[in-house]
Amino acid sequence: MAQSKVRDLNTPMEYQSETGRLNILGFWLFLGAEIALFSTLFATYMVLMDRTADGPALGELFEVKGLLIQTFLLLTSSFTCGLAIHEMRRYNVKGLFFWMITTILLGLGFLGFEIYEFFVYIHEGANIGTSAAWSAFFVLVGTHGLHVTLGIGWIILILIQVAKRGLTPQTTAKVFISSLYWHFLDVVWIFLFTAVYLMGMVMQHG
Amino acid sequence: MKWDEFFVTGDPLIYGADVSIAITMLGIVFFLTYFKKWKWLWTEWLTTVDHKKIGIMYIISAILMLFRGGVDALLMRTQLAVPEMEFLDSQKYNEIFTTHGTIMIIFMAMPFLIGLINVVVPLQIGARDVAYPYLNAVSFWTFFIGAMLFNISFVIGGSPSAGWTSYMPLASNELSPGPGQNYYLLGLQISGIGTLLTGINFMVTIFKMRAPGMTLFRMPMFTWSALVTMAIIIFAFPILTVALALMTFDRLFGSHFFTLQGEGMDMLWANLFWLWGHPEVYIVILPAFGIFSEIIATFSKKTLFGYKAMVWSMVLIAAYSFLVWVHHFFTMGSGALVNSFFSVTTMLIGVPTGVKIFNWLFTMRKGQIEFSTPMLWSLGFIVNFVIGGVTGVMLAMAAANYQYHNTYFLVAHFHYVLIAGTVFACFAGLVYWYPKMFGHKLNERIGKWVFWLFTIGFNICFFPQYFLGLDGMPRRIYTYSEESGWGPLNMISTVGGFMMGIAFLVLVYNIYYSFRYEPREKTGDAWNGRTLEWSTPSAMPPFYNFAKIPVVKGLDHFWNEKQNKEIKPLTTQDLQKIHMPNNSGVPFVMASFFFVSGFGLVFEWYWMAIIGLIGVLATLVIRSFDYNNGYYVSVEEIKETENITK
Repeated sequence: MAQSKVRDLNTPMEYQSETGRLNILGFWLFLGAEIALFSTLFATYMVLMDRTADGPALGELFEVKGLLIQTFLLLTSSFTCGLAIHEMRRYNVKGLFFWMITTILLGLGFLGFEIYEFFVYIHEGANIGTSAAWSAFFVLVGTHGLHVTLGIGWIILILIQVAKRGLTPQTTAKVFISSLYWHFLDVVWIFLFTAVYLMGMVMQHG
Repeated sequence: MKWDEFFVTGDPLIYGADVSIAITMLGIVFFLTYFKKWKWLWTEWLTTVDHKKIGIMYIISAILMLFRGGVDALLMRTQLAVPEMEFLDSQKYNEIFTTHGTIMIIFMAMPFLIGLINVVVPLQIGARDVAYPYLNAVSFWTFFIGAMLFNISFVIGGSPSAGWTSYMPLASNELSPGPGQNYYLLGLQISGIGTLLTGINFMVTIFKMRAPGMTLFRMPMFTWSALVTMAIIIFAFPILTVALALMTFDRLFGSHFFTLQGEGMDMLWANLFWLWGHPEVYIVILPAFGIFSEIIATFSKKTLFGYKAMVWSMVLIAAYSFLVWVHHFFTMGSGALVNSFFSVTTMLIGVPTGVKIFNWLFTMRKGQIEFSTPMLWSLGFIVNFVIGGVTGVMLAMAAANYQYHNTYFLVAHFHYVLIAGTVFACFAGLVYWYPKMFGHKLNERIGKWVFWLFTIGFNICFFPQYFLGLDGMPRRIYTYSEESGWGPLNMISTVGGFMMGIAFLVLVYNIYYSFRYEPREKTGDAWNGRTLEWSTPSAMPPFYNFAKIPVVKGLDHFWNEKQNKEIKPLTTQDLQKIHMPNNSGVPFVMASFFFVSGFGLVFEWYWMAIIGLIGVLATLVIRSFDYNNGYYVSVEEIKETENITK
């Protein structure tokens, strides 16, 4: 339960309370479940990616430029998120806020490109009901996008709490956990980028 | 939508259900009002975060669902008792076998076991609660709401009828129109959230909350089984989440994952379903193994034989459980190589299971066996479960499987493992830990009647079905001809089914009888137990479980302490203030919003679904901003609770 015992000063603040330690471990297990969830979606996508029926093939509509910008934005946001945790561990609230807000803005930029991409596809005649392949595409990429959206909302809520309460064992644990989540979404994107976009385009043209 | 499309009409059974639901509701409201119990209900139960109370609520819900699923079963057995019976039409029959299967697995077996895990595991590891008490309440309420959403389909909108496996394209909009199948998708989805959270919660609890000295290999076997089960839950349930979501997309938003149009792939559903579904089988059997291990050791008065072998065979079973799913559809046409692979893995999984059977037998060898009711259930389990296991190996042989797949042979097999395994364990665990939950035992005499009635009824019901299956009777048919010659065995089977029904009624009577007349336990050690849950001074542990956290020195620590006469009464010096979490009504409210959202999606009323989801998000935000860290129980209060005078 929630007794907080300070172990020693070298222990990061988020690990100083029993609740903090329990929550961090629990969140790692939750990420295990998330891996199972995304694995299932990836497997579904792999099975269905060539089943395009009368619709366009997946790679036909992919745009390299937008994708590279998206990837750049999200990978950078993972880096800034890491810097935010670094500042948190130096007890620098301002630095934490600066880098976390940067992270959120980069995440929003990523989302903007994704929504725009979806609109373009729908405009060009590929939506969730076009074919099995497009169903799998929209649900896999969309699930990642939904995670990013929820992540942004969640980090904002936590930043409000940090603003109100400062850095405590509880708030730092929350910030740290949200950063784990954010890095996880970054990892998923790398797989998405490879399995969906790169493979889609290579198999289309090469 | 007109009202007569909303409510199911035109069937006396349904009207009967309407009336009984209305009477039950009125009865509950009257009872609570007359005895002024509303506040009690809210503060003691609906808002509780105490693992013992949550466990009890799980078990009560599971018993209610056992009744519902059991009534379904008896309706089916009545319809099949004689050839050409005109009791249920084909549609009603389809609905009833669908709800029977779904309810028994998802809303009876799992919650019953999770309920026992909730009550017992924190006590067995010497903890004062689970790692996340609040999340535990969320788990229970999402399970409960999911179950209720699924159950109202019977009277509102119509039940699902595509089988508990919901194979596509049968479960598609074209072949299963109307809200029925949506109830299945949403009810399971919502309760699945609760199960996943339970998985994470108990894994962290077992890893991090053990009493000092209790290393992993000093944990009681039931706790080990819970730990392994939680690992399976964490990796299997997300697969179900995705599969259900994809089918929901197919039905509500026109996607083509499993449809016949748009190059969807119907067998993808079967694969995803069983990728979850087979581990699920082990989710409901491993805790059962744990329960029997505790009971057999206690009533043989011996340490469990082959403790480490038991643990490793469970770990092995858990790993194998993810590698056998194709055996559910050998006839899909994946070819000889794939079928051989899954045939071999399926037979391999029998090996660690066999190891466990021998360990139980050797635990009893040269023990002082006491034939108490829980022990009777455990002995009945060994005999009957082996029959189920051996026929399972027969089914595992892919070539032979082509002959008897989809027949009553299969039906008999999985009832032999699920009833003789899981249901026997639920009853055994209920009787065994009943004094821990309610402070008195269930009457042993009546309990033995229940055991014999149920076990004999069970064999009369399901043993003939092996032969019906070998004789070619397919499962899921609602009637059969006179010439088939299946009439007599079906009649026998039905008689057995009703015997099991009577056994259930006697069990319920026993709960009432024991409440009235059974003597109250004076100590915490009702059965001369071996593990820490029996070490509390009072029969029912106080809300903080242990006034002083025990220090564990070995396996069966409490038993050894008793043997060595090392138990000393607590004194004031032992006590320190105890930190406990606050109750919260938020989980209940959150689950209610889930219900609103789920109900909206079932009928495709999106405004309602969105309102529900906003409500769910709001409760999440409220929780995030809640920094209430619980409270301390003072030493004085502990002294008073524990009757400590020195």
